[in-house]
Amino acid sequence: MEFSSLAEFIAMGKHGFYVWLSYGLTAVIIAFVVMQPILHRRRLLKEQAQRLRREKRNAPSA
Amino acid sequence: MWQWLVRLYHRLGSPKWFYEMTERWIFWLALAAGGSAIVGLVLGLLYAPADYQQGDSFRIIYIHVPAALLAQSAYMMMAVAGAVYLIWRMKMAAWVAKVIAPVGAAFCLIALLTGAIWGKPTWGTWWVWDARLTSMLMLLFLYFGVMALQQAMESEEASYKAGAILALVGLVNIPIIKYSVEWWNTLHQPATLKLTEKPSMHPDMLWPLLIMIVSTYLFFALVVILRTRNEILWHERKRQWVRKILES
Repeated sequence: MEFSSLAEFIAMGKHGFYVWLSYGLTAVIIAFVVMQPILHRRRLLKEQAQRLRREKRNAPSA
Repeated sequence: MWQWLVRLYHRLGSPKWFYEMTERWIFWLALAAGGSAIVGLVLGLLYAPADYQQGDSFRIIYIHVPAALLAQSAYMMMAVAGAVYLIWRMKMAAWVAKVIAPVGAAFCLIALLTGAIWGKPTWGTWWVWDARLTSMLMLLFLYFGVMALQQAMESEEASYKAGAILALVGLVNIPIIKYSVEWWNTLHQPATLKLTEKPSMHPDMLWPLLIMIVSTYLFFALVVILRTRNEILWHERKRQWVRKILES
């Protein structure tokens, strides 16, 4: 282990601001990249299932 | 061998086959990508020794280099998928090219941002218009251009074609990025990793970097698969097999 305490780890030898800003921004972008397709899939399945039900309801009269 | 390739091509071209095949891969890919990221980050942030010149700011390398490599690889994959679409009109190839673009752009953005943040304590400035930085910024704009073209026209096919053509033309930027640190005088340090040479880095610094690179590629594969499955669901929404999924 390179660091002897949590405070030392966070300080990153005076470069803490740069290191944690880099890792923080990356985490935000990565989270967005993962969540986007997961939420998109949920919305897609819901909307298409609704469309299917609607079509079935209207089918007999048509 | 050839027949096997032809069979694989036809299978990959089948949206249904791809959708069903990847169902089982998602869990394992997520596990492998997440697990390797944890190992790589713990080793890189806690156990790698500080750089003798740069101190602890060098730890940014563990996201910067994998992101920059992936941004370039993803671009090449997007261009190849675009070429496959142009030549053989394979719909799946067009969808893959479309889903790669925003993911590649995100990694390009990560590389640029972390590079700028790393530059401040190392060079004393966030940004310089040097060859490496400028060509990486070009890559980001190429991604944006391809994304815009892929949805620019009324017909989907014409948009995919336009996006594929720009992606192929933009390929010239890839060797420019790679050799920019050798052709021009630049602030950016030369490549840390070379396929043809023994690495100059200490193994305790090198291993976390290699693990993070593998992790990044696994993560990319996972996200591209997730997004391609969404494209398939949307485009095949009126097909019987998707209907069954929707009804269940």
